[in-house]
Amino acid sequence: MISSDIIFYGWQSLKGYRARTLLMLLAMSISVASVLLLTALGEGARRYVNNEFSSLGTNLIIVIPGRNETSGVGLSSMMGVTPRDLTLEDARALTRHRAVTRIAPLNVGAVEASWQNRKREITLLGSTHDLLPLRHWELDAGQFLPDLDWDRATPVCVIGKKIRDELFGAHAALGQWIRLGQNRYRVIGIMASEGRSIGMDVQETVIIPVASAQALLNTPSLFRIMIETKSRATMQGVIDFTVDTLRERHHGEEDVTVITQDAVLQTFDNILATLTYAVAGIAAISLVVAGILIMNVMLVAVSQRIAEIGLLKALGASRRKILLLILTEAMLLSLLGAAIGFIIGMTGSWGIRIALPEFEAYPPLWAMLASLLVALVTGLLFSLLPARKAARLDPVNALQGH
Amino acid sequence: MIRLKNIHRDFQVGDQSVHALDDINLQITAGEYVSVMGPSGSGKSTLLNLIGILDHASSGQYFLNDQNVTDMDEQQESRARNQHIGFVFQSFHLIPRLTAAENIELPLVLAGMPPNQRKHRVDEAMQSLGLIDRAHHTPDQLSGGQRQRVAIARATITEPSVILADEPTGNLDQKSGIEVIDTLEALNDKGITLIVVTHDPQLGKRSPRSLGMVDGRIESDESA
Repeated sequence: MISSDIIFYGWQSLKGYRARTLLMLLAMSISVASVLLLTALGEGARRYVNNEFSSLGTNLIIVIPGRNETSGVGLSSMMGVTPRDLTLEDARALTRHRAVTRIAPLNVGAVEASWQNRKREITLLGSTHDLLPLRHWELDAGQFLPDLDWDRATPVCVIGKKIRDELFGAHAALGQWIRLGQNRYRVIGIMASEGRSIGMDVQETVIIPVASAQALLNTPSLFRIMIETKSRATMQGVIDFTVDTLRERHHGEEDVTVITQDAVLQTFDNILATLTYAVAGIAAISLVVAGILIMNVMLVAVSQRIAEIGLLKALGASRRKILLLILTEAMLLSLLGAAIGFIIGMTGSWGIRIALPEFEAYPPLWAMLASLLVALVTGLLFSLLPARKAARLDPVNALQGH
Repeated sequence: MIRLKNIHRDFQVGDQSVHALDDINLQITAGEYVSVMGPSGSGKSTLLNLIGILDHASSGQYFLNDQNVTDMDEQQESRARNQHIGFVFQSFHLIPRLTAAENIELPLVLAGMPPNQRKHRVDEAMQSLGLIDRAHHTPDQLSGGQRQRVAIARATITEPSVILADEPTGNLDQKSGIEVIDTLEALNDKGITLIVVTHDPQLGKRSPRSLGMVDGRIESDESA
């Protein structure tokens, strides 16, 4: 029997039993589509985090108070639980290394900002002149914090665009004085809207000199020290220097965590990749379920067509040919279902990308290949049993329909 | 052409062994027209299935065109059925979703013949059976007589040496029945061996040779 005839025969019988064919296609296509959609979401999340971290800039070292036993981002580093404060003096000591190009100590707090009778909660960032180039942020108007001695608590601030809109509305913000907590600060700059990074929207922050922030928040300790090095090659030297210097300054105790962007990125990347695999696995289960459905329906199909199989045998079809015919029919069904599911999945992830432009929800190549492969393999495996059942029918009984 | 030697066919029904065929010895030469008569349960269908290699003998030997069928494996049996034997059933056994032409070409499709060669032979067969204007009709659009003629076209498409017809007129009115028998006899006139199982004595009388079966044995073998 030539292959085009085998396929034609399978196609004819799929067309002959329309309702069952449509139901099976539905099951198969939903499974394949869900694998694609779920992995697209996972992959989108991974890319999103990746992009967020890339905006931090390369050659960046972050010093966090508190020692973390394991590498990566742990609870204590997230919560900022610290045995000994990280101070401005510590940060200043780190500027001594030749490879350090920029350094930005960082304080973070939540305070209330007000102008005339408008008020809102804002995230307060205390830092220095170097923060802007170090984070690759951009200004929309005015200027950033002045390049002055870190200890000088000048009453100036740079505000995010959203804060400007909410506090000032149509009024000009530059040069105005706003109240933060007990003190008043003059607005000298406005951040451009692009500046975003993990968990912190620059549009909703107010940045003031670090010494002012320490006074306002009433704390001598820093939230972070961010260090930019000359090149990737010099990073390890600066990390060692940082650890040594701070251990010395903290009476021999190594109570800080030094992380690089790569390490953080790697951790998130691992977590999200694992998540993607997990959801892909869950979706794959639905593929297997679809496979079992195919088995059931093919079993019914075989019992509906016992007489036909008997006839094929009488006309000279061997067991192998019957097996081939039934398997081809099942494969056509899986293939068609997978193709429809593929189209639904790709359209769906395109829809997600339209709805959430920041989310690059493309299903990864491995998920596309795997879902198609699993669809075909389960389709084949689960139709083996019905096909064998058909092939083994006794022709005399089969012709009589039992 | 067909030679059966000491053929037994036993079925196990519960504890009892039923002798559907009991020591059958039979020889049919090429081009013969044989009817097999007998009450139901006499083993005539079993005999036909055995000759058609759909069933296997419990013991004894069967030679078809001097080939020992008893020694064949499943693949060889299938090929022998495809090449040497044409079946015509009481209930037609047409595939409902295929057209008349597609039903007729099925044995050629199973044999692996390329489509362009099939077309010519199918056209020819439909021409000679007066089915040419029914080529693209599905079985449910055909009358009973037309359906059986499609089945006969299918049975003859591979140019087999023998046609086995099991009650070919059983589901037809008298007029269509006679048409079908005429068709089968015309094929026999061209040299095809024809074996017809029937319990209709009128039909039995038309054949030059008639076998009478009772309880799995050939009780009478009469030639006119």
